[in-house]
Amino acid sequence: MAEQALIEVRNLYKVFGKKARQVMSSVHKGTGKDELLAETGHTLGLRDINLSVKRGEIFVVMGLSGSGKSTLIRHFNRLIEPTEGQILVDGTDVTKLNKKELEQFRRHKMSMVFQRFGLLPHKTVLDNVAYGLSVQGMDKSERNRKATEWLETVGLKGYESQYPSQLSGGQQQRVGLARALCTDAEILLMDEAFSALDPLIRSEMQDQLIELQAKLHKTIIFITHDLDEALRLGDRIVILKDGELVQMGRPEEILLQPATDYVEAFVKDVNRARALTVETVMQPPLNRISASTIGGALEQMRKLPENYGYYFSDKGYQGIVLQEALEEAAKTNADGSLKDDMVEELDAISPDAILESIIPDTMETEYPLPVVDSDGELQGELCRSDLIEVLSDANTQAA
Amino acid sequence: MSEKSWFTEFPAMERADLVSIRKTMDGAYREFSREYGDIIESLFDPLLSFLIWFEQLLLQSPWLLVLGCLTGLVYLASRSWKLSLSVVVAMSLIGYFGMWDNTMRTLSMITVCTMLAIVLGIPIGIAMARSDRVQKVVTPMLDIMQTMPAFVYLIPVVMLLGIGKIPGLIAVIIYAIPPVIRLTNLGIRLVDKEVLEAATAYGATSTQRLLGVQLPLAMPTIMAGINQTIMMALAMVVIASMIGVKGLGQPVLKSITNQYFTLGLLNGLAIVVLAIIFDRVSQAWANRTQKHLGETAHG
Repeated sequence: MAEQALIEVRNLYKVFGKKARQVMSSVHKGTGKDELLAETGHTLGLRDINLSVKRGEIFVVMGLSGSGKSTLIRHFNRLIEPTEGQILVDGTDVTKLNKKELEQFRRHKMSMVFQRFGLLPHKTVLDNVAYGLSVQGMDKSERNRKATEWLETVGLKGYESQYPSQLSGGQQQRVGLARALCTDAEILLMDEAFSALDPLIRSEMQDQLIELQAKLHKTIIFITHDLDEALRLGDRIVILKDGELVQMGRPEEILLQPATDYVEAFVKDVNRARALTVETVMQPPLNRISASTIGGALEQMRKLPENYGYYFSDKGYQGIVLQEALEEAAKTNADGSLKDDMVEELDAISPDAILESIIPDTMETEYPLPVVDSDGELQGELCRSDLIEVLSDANTQAA
Repeated sequence: MSEKSWFTEFPAMERADLVSIRKTMDGAYREFSREYGDIIESLFDPLLSFLIWFEQLLLQSPWLLVLGCLTGLVYLASRSWKLSLSVVVAMSLIGYFGMWDNTMRTLSMITVCTMLAIVLGIPIGIAMARSDRVQKVVTPMLDIMQTMPAFVYLIPVVMLLGIGKIPGLIAVIIYAIPPVIRLTNLGIRLVDKEVLEAATAYGATSTQRLLGVQLPLAMPTIMAGINQTIMMALAMVVIASMIGVKGLGQPVLKSITNQYFTLGLLNGLAIVVLAIIFDRVSQAWANRTQKHLGETAHG
């Protein structure tokens, strides 16, 4: 794969307890979480985690409380020490850094956003945003200049001299986000960053994050217990259960091919119409007609599996042509050019559109809808029955 | 006979043994104080000269200047005209009833004791907060310091250093330092874990965490400890006067032995006035500077 892994986690184990190292042999033999707790009083936090995060992606770690997701994210900047295993960030093993190196690593390589914001209540909003830089020892005017810029980016211009307690939850988390962005760290750890916010503010923050990410291309590790949030934000998702990795994959893989019953139970309540895009449901593009004459078009059409085709002229997609109409026209004038009146109007849809938004379009016609990308190329076709299958599949499972 | 006495009386050790234990220990300690008393006393000399200097400063300066400075400090700390005016009135009454000099002596003693208690107590509290082991060792010692009757630890102190200001100071500090230690420890331990974690995640060193996060956030609790320490130091004034500490305590002591009710009451009230001034001013200062912390605590 051409994409480079920025973070690599190899065989990571975490056991909480006084004699964690001694019980590792029993963990390797496959003792379960409950057994381990009963026998040794040690809690298994993470078991044999292997994953890699690519540069520039939003990597979502998802699981219920107690699944080890917060434990996992705290290993990346070693707020929690691993019991066994390696964490490679850009080739350096984080677990081997000494105290000074670790401080430097935390200052420049990673920043973090917390569930309950973790702001310093005795400092102003501006000082909070500049906190990472002040720890680095940057001088005041320089760090305040940068902090002011980031505050403006997250939409909190004018709040510089307020204190965190004077702000709403959503605003406080914007301060948290600005603080994380202010250090210019390449990697952003977000620990249930939006979970404490109410739904409307949460979705606003998600939009803002997606918008920022389009500009900044950070590598984001996002922790959540909310599958809708995971599907919305994640380029890839990993699901944890009881400290073990259950499934890792792209959102639609998790949704359409759940690896275990656990994942299946998780995804059954998801509104697929809102979570899936056209791209994931469409069939391969077969019915493309590009000949300029009626005869040529008919010839192309006869090779097609269906009795219709999407007509592309040199100006791009024009509409749908039916075999019937072509045959009729060919009887009189096979060499004539394909005229507009033979092409029926049918709106194309974008591969990135979410299913919910194109349901009305599929209702208006009996033919599958052409999926045309932003370059004007035919990417596939979406047939009503496929759409219904995907959506009703979800419903039967939910019932 | 022996069986009966075992049954009705607790089988105590022989009287002679007890006496010999007492004699040995007293003898050893006396020996120790004779041997090292002078050296230990000389260690406290700088402190003694500071105490005397500060007391003389308050006594020798014109009373108007002292009252002016005091009121100025009260206003700076509390930003309240009402409180400052009350201080002027209260101190004038004290002066009018002829207790100005004794009040100055007590004020200087309490100020130095409080400063020392803070300088010693906060680092001990920090050490306790950072290490459970230190906490396990220090906590029972604080319990002893707070429950042991003051007279008991006055004995060895007086044996070692004689009577005077330094033994008085030591007695006051032993009695008054526990709150500031306990509440510094508690305040730091109660600092929001996530805020501290955030500081760590941004690469703060342990000194940066202590000075930038833990101490500022623990400050309301620490201030409550300092406040308690001041109150307890004032409460010790009378006992300290028994070993020769001059000030408001001595007239009270004299009143007890001679049954002078009014003299006792007046001096007692002067101590109360000092206590109220210290308390209100430190509270007002704490509230003013920690408004933002207060809002989150209640919000």
